[in-house]
Amino acid sequence: MLASTVIVTASLLVIVATVVVKSLPALRLSMLVQTPKGGYYLGKEGGILNAITGSLYLASGATLLAVLLSLPVVLYINLYARKKSVLATFTRFSLDVLWGIPSIVFGAFGFIVMMTLGLRASLLAGIITVGLLEIPIMARAMDEVIRLVPVSLTEASSSLGATKLETALKVVVRQALPGILTAVLIAFGRGIGDAASVLFTAGFTDSLPRSLFQPAATLPLAIFFQLGTPFPEVQERAYASAAVLTLIILAISLGSRALIKRFTRHSIK
Amino acid sequence: MEPRSHLRIRNLNVSYGAQQVLRNVTLEVPDRKITVIIGPSGCGKTTLLKSLNRLLDSVDGVRIDGQIFVDDEDIYGPDVEVTHIRKKMGLLSQKPQVLPMSVFDNIAYGPKIHGQRDKKRLRALVERELRAAGLWDEVKDRLHEPASRLSVGQQQRLCLGRGLAVEPEIILGDEPTSALDPQSSRIVEQRLIALKADFTVIVVTHILRQARRIADYLAFLYLGELVEHGPAAEFFANPRDPRTRAYITGEIS
Repeated sequence: MLASTVIVTASLLVIVATVVVKSLPALRLSMLVQTPKGGYYLGKEGGILNAITGSLYLASGATLLAVLLSLPVVLYINLYARKKSVLATFTRFSLDVLWGIPSIVFGAFGFIVMMTLGLRASLLAGIITVGLLEIPIMARAMDEVIRLVPVSLTEASSSLGATKLETALKVVVRQALPGILTAVLIAFGRGIGDAASVLFTAGFTDSLPRSLFQPAATLPLAIFFQLGTPFPEVQERAYASAAVLTLIILAISLGSRALIKRFTRHSIK
Repeated sequence: MEPRSHLRIRNLNVSYGAQQVLRNVTLEVPDRKITVIIGPSGCGKTTLLKSLNRLLDSVDGVRIDGQIFVDDEDIYGPDVEVTHIRKKMGLLSQKPQVLPMSVFDNIAYGPKIHGQRDKKRLRALVERELRAAGLWDEVKDRLHEPASRLSVGQQQRLCLGRGLAVEPEIILGDEPTSALDPQSSRIVEQRLIALKADFTVIVVTHILRQARRIADYLAFLYLGELVEHGPAAEFFANPRDPRTRAYITGEIS
């Protein structure tokens, strides 16, 4: 057991260390504030600002979409449906299955939908696809915390004459808020780091995203393309991009912890 | 002619699946008195109490027959709005369950959902209900702290104040002192006695001594059946049914 623990912890450190060490030669401010110039992938000047902003836009949009769909689903199966409701059981089962589907399949599915609708690869198509990818993760994580809200708490609210909706939004969501935020962040992390689902749907571009209907670059794909070149100095930039992606996820995770602390003030333990 | 009491239960039958929990319960609850429902655990006391504000509705597989009249309105009638019924009854649960918000907001929550937005009125109302619950002096400087930081006894009084804030007619207590220390229990009991001047109070308990201390009227439930009910003095002095006698003397518990 101890050995396994050490292996797991060590592999995390090794991964982070590799990324950091390999990225050091390439990690410069210009990488963060410039878009790729001509010949960037051959080792010339430029940066990955296109992918950083693209990834942030895409993951934020997708997470927002996923919240708007997940929260009502979870509130419905926990507070409105009966405990042994077929619909609730089936919903949980579907979410579990969706969770297990590889993201490339989401990408392929998004691609087919785009083709049918006559859309091109765009930020919007990427947001929708990644949103779908995030929903099962977010909804299942929210489900676990909302299930834990004691029945006596919902009874306390409804015995004051509150409707189910009031109880759901003002009491249940409030009590489960820390867990809900965690669910949102887990999903965000998954969404920003996924390459396969955006490969066909969001496309890639060297310019900054300006519209929902134009393609957008993303960090995972930037890493993929840079690592795929035969030039060592461009490969170093791939590691630098990986470091940036890791850093974004780390920052969000740390920032959220602070936020959660503020929000849990009123939760009943 | 004496006006009819505003809470009447007629031929109430409740079952969970195949298990019948309440059998043909008929009871008129006297107004502005404390009615205590006693009986051994598992005899249906809590079920009876929860049927009064329709909290049973959400239980899976429950079947409810019979009528409960609140102000001559059958609360299980077809056109009844559940929130309207529940607003008429304040509930104190076994374990105090404060809402995940500040002390102030716990009291203001009910009035707010029923449309009270005026800040000044809300402040006055919070103070009034906290005083009625006997809590004001202890929390007046902590109104914006999370309610979960209060002691358990204070939390139960906060729940009482929260129930009073929606201006109910009836207060329901489901073993409201079972999670409290003796000191807090005593305070809650005293509040209930004080409140019967304005409210009809129904308390479920399995503590006979508590029933003796606070009851004006008693109802004895045994295995889902309402065995006997009557004014407290008579009930304890002259129980008619042998089962009541056995319960009061402690032969069954």
